[in-house]
Amino acid sequence: MRTSSLHRILRLGIMEFRLYLREPSAFFFTLIFPLLLMLLFGSIWGNQPFPEQSFGYIDYSTAAFIGIVMLTAGIMSLPISIASYREKGILRRFMATPLSPVSFLMAEMGAILVITTMGVVLLILTGMIMFDMHFLGNPLEAFIAFLLGCGAMAGLGFIPASLAPSARSGNVIANILYFPMLFLSGAALPQDMLPGALRTASQAFPLTHAIRLLRGIWLGGHLAEHPVEIAVLAGTLFAGAFFAARMFRWD
Amino acid sequence: MSETVILAGNLRKRYGDIVALDGLDLDVRRGEVFGIVGPNGAGKTTTIDCIAGMRRRDSGELRTLGLDPSRDSRELHRRVGLQQQESELPERMRVGESIQLFSSLFGIDPPRMELLDRVGLGDKVNSFFAGLSGGQKRRLFVALSMVQDPELIMLDELTSGLDPRGRRDLWNLVEEVHGSGRTVLLSTHYMDEAQRLCDRVAIIHRGKVVAVDTPEALIREHCPGMRLRLGCGRDFDPVDALRLEGVLGAEMLDETCIMDLVDAGTVVPVIKALSDAGVSLGDLHTERPTLEDVFMVITGREYGDADE
Repeated sequence: MRTSSLHRILRLGIMEFRLYLREPSAFFFTLIFPLLLMLLFGSIWGNQPFPEQSFGYIDYSTAAFIGIVMLTAGIMSLPISIASYREKGILRRFMATPLSPVSFLMAEMGAILVITTMGVVLLILTGMIMFDMHFLGNPLEAFIAFLLGCGAMAGLGFIPASLAPSARSGNVIANILYFPMLFLSGAALPQDMLPGALRTASQAFPLTHAIRLLRGIWLGGHLAEHPVEIAVLAGTLFAGAFFAARMFRWD
Repeated sequence: MSETVILAGNLRKRYGDIVALDGLDLDVRRGEVFGIVGPNGAGKTTTIDCIAGMRRRDSGELRTLGLDPSRDSRELHRRVGLQQQESELPERMRVGESIQLFSSLFGIDPPRMELLDRVGLGDKVNSFFAGLSGGQKRRLFVALSMVQDPELIMLDELTSGLDPRGRRDLWNLVEEVHGSGRTVLLSTHYMDEAQRLCDRVAIIHRGKVVAVDTPEALIREHCPGMRLRLGCGRDFDPVDALRLEGVLGAEMLDETCIMDLVDAGTVVPVIKALSDAGVSLGDLHTERPTLEDVFMVITGREYGDADE
């Protein structure tokens, strides 16, 4: 029983991943757009170590670029694709099988996680080849921070994904969540550039915490130094998953 | 009498102000092909959705394979194959991949790829779903409804929008499945389809079953008459035919007299009487009423009007 539902999740997740790779626009926004940002800003600022620091602009900013991948995959791709499945009746086709809503969402989240990982690998390879990137932290801790960030973004995406009746409405909700986080969480713009009130408001965004946690570890910090960030991210994941498990609609 | 697989009593369902099911009763037995016929909007899809555990009924008794579809829907989905009227797959999913995926969702390994041959899609294994025609999509969904070899298969609007060849392929498939002892519940608004495939038919009108029986019995009961076209020569006076017992109407078309008879048993006596009266008889052609005539008699309105 357990193994068969794991098997279902795995097979559906693999299928969804393959479908994703066949969708050029989603592919571009999730994987290529953050890479272009890295290339653009990297070519402007370079990666010379800051005065009296052992890291430069790229080392400092990679967490933000990774944040954009997490954001795009979790808040845009996930809810829009599930809402369009709902609109077209694809979810009703799944409903007529033994697949449970929770298994379905786990498969979708798994596919998103693999795609986000691909984006991160692309960013790191580019950073190493083009900008002599330095990683000062512990890889295992960075990986855990990455999973927490992805989970929080997907968890937040689960909320519109559970209810949006159409791709269009999914898109609207996704945009409302996406753009404030993109510009205010330190993903596309450094937070130092924001006025104080907006910086305070940005603490409400899970992505702010995901980037701060990842950056902290990237630059040599440890998970134990970031209890607030970890609590916010885990809380977002659980709240989103709980909401989805209760509210998910096949049609 | 064989085992009941679907039992519905006084089934009710509304969507807001619209009453979809208004006290519907149904009793489907193991091994039969049971047809639900009626115009669009009669409640066919709602009936199937409730029976298959895809929608909750508002009230009424309902058991499918002994389970309550509202409560045990997951278990039911394991055992029931469902082809939904309006359904899609992701555009870039390949036909073969869809069979593999849905087989794995039912825990079936290896996937039953031969189903694609049986619905005539054997050469489309690598096609994207979006590249299929409407009829090919329909046939793929019929194949998908059978991946777990279910004991009960429900086909909602099996062949609407298919070309004659596609219809015939699916009819053959249903007959094959029937031959293997599976129970099939299908809905259709094509009366010839119901008449050809179904052991029993329920005629649904405004959310209620208004008649249920074998197609033959429904025709015998509601439209017992028979139309006889008989070559009688140009000089024949149809009034002579009207005088005969069992002849309800008669008129001439060229050399042919078209007679409406009360039942099939009247044909031979009428021919004999005319022959004895010295009429030189030519070509003979009889037309039996169809389920469509039954439907029109029972619902008292033009069947075609209800479409769309």
